[in-house]
Amino acid sequence: MFWTVTQSLLNGLLTTFEIFILTLAFALPLGLILAFGTMSKFKPLSALIQILVWVIRGTPLMLQLIVIFYGPGMWLGHNIWSGDEAGRIMATVVAFSINYACYFSVIFRGGIEGVPAGQSEAGLVLGMTKTQIFFKITLLQMIKRIVPPMSNEIITLVKDTSLARIIAAYELTFAGYSFMKSAGLTWPLFYTGVFYLLFVGILTLLFNYVEKKLDYFR
Amino acid sequence: MAILEVKNIEKHFGSTQVLRDVSFTMEEGSALAIIGSSGSGKTTLLRCLNFLETPNGGTISVKGETLFDAAMQTKTGDKELREKRLHFGMVFQSFNLFPQYTALENVTLAERLLAAEQPDYKVNKKEILARIDEHGKELLAQMGLSERMDHYPHQLSGGQQQRVAIARALALKPDILCFDEPTSALDPELTGEVLKVIRGLADQKTTMIIVTHEMAFARDVADNIIFMDGGVIVEQGPAHEVIDDPKEERTKQFLSRYTQG
Repeated sequence: MFWTVTQSLLNGLLTTFEIFILTLAFALPLGLILAFGTMSKFKPLSALIQILVWVIRGTPLMLQLIVIFYGPGMWLGHNIWSGDEAGRIMATVVAFSINYACYFSVIFRGGIEGVPAGQSEAGLVLGMTKTQIFFKITLLQMIKRIVPPMSNEIITLVKDTSLARIIAAYELTFAGYSFMKSAGLTWPLFYTGVFYLLFVGILTLLFNYVEKKLDYFR
Repeated sequence: MAILEVKNIEKHFGSTQVLRDVSFTMEEGSALAIIGSSGSGKTTLLRCLNFLETPNGGTISVKGETLFDAAMQTKTGDKELREKRLHFGMVFQSFNLFPQYTALENVTLAERLLAAEQPDYKVNKKEILARIDEHGKELLAQMGLSERMDHYPHQLSGGQQQRVAIARALALKPDILCFDEPTSALDPELTGEVLKVIRGLADQKTTMIIVTHEMAFARDVADNIIFMDGGVIVEQGPAHEVIDDPKEERTKQFLSRYTQG
């Protein structure tokens, strides 16, 4: 039985991991774009993004997931997501990417605005372009500032993947829960917890490493 | 011909007039000190010269070339603006060194980036970078920092950081080097080493504009002095005359606070 459970959980973990990685891959760049958008001098753009961030942060991720997965089918008459597991994962990734991009954008903005104005001024008087200043001066200082808040969000993302269960994506929590429903077993639930702990443990080590790596400057 | 000619500069932030009809000229190889109390517009004037602020009126010319003319309200492109900025170097009150780079990297970064845009860069990359590094090391040695080239800014004292900042500003060989209260953020015992370096630059006939609160230093090092108050130039002239024998009442008042102490 132990082996069957382990295999099931590993299967679920694979889906969890997929959602996690893909969400990061889309939400990180999207969050940076949104951050620049909020800081834009073009007021309508900045206001529009602030409203988006308000709506997304102000409503439950689970609700957003339900709307994105079932909404198109209800409105268009046909589902844009394929009915199989891949379609469910894709819908999850879309909902999660939008949601996390909004949270990331706020962290990014804080990181960028936290770099003293004197840094870009020093770059300007040395004849650097705005792009050079961002990539050669601001970016690394910003990354150093945002590692602690980002680690919080990213660890939350690991556990939020369990929300995908609501649209029947077979992720880790779903996998553990199914043994309780089918065989009345509760120990797989704790076993499932161990999987999450290991996942988050590895991430924590990774963040500690990055923080240490950036410790050489202040 | 004057190396720098500033004419009728006006600057306001909203309804606050910060600079009013500021005009002066500088000769090549001379040092100009700008004195005055906080809020008199000294720093804003330097920032206008470095294109960190855009004046609302007036012209700025270097070596006879008009770099800025408020009457020509055309928008300057980024590339053009960069070239104009390179006529001036700037040393900030708060150093503004790049914390993630070593002293040497701070000095060479801008030069490396400029070199990378040259057409011959790819072919001669090694030699070009070696030459830039060599130049950076020379400048740091000139600042007395040969032993500190591989240190990061947070490992340096305030005086050492400011000397790195001076080397960084010199690296691009600006026509005019500007100092914005270079010793105001330093502990009193560290100001000497920075003033000594600036004095050395004056001896080598570096064209400089120094905004400072060090009156004795201004008198000894500068050829000319401008006293500003309320956004206008109240008095300007040879350094010794302005400090030792001021004509204007406001200048006398301002200077008396320094000589009493």
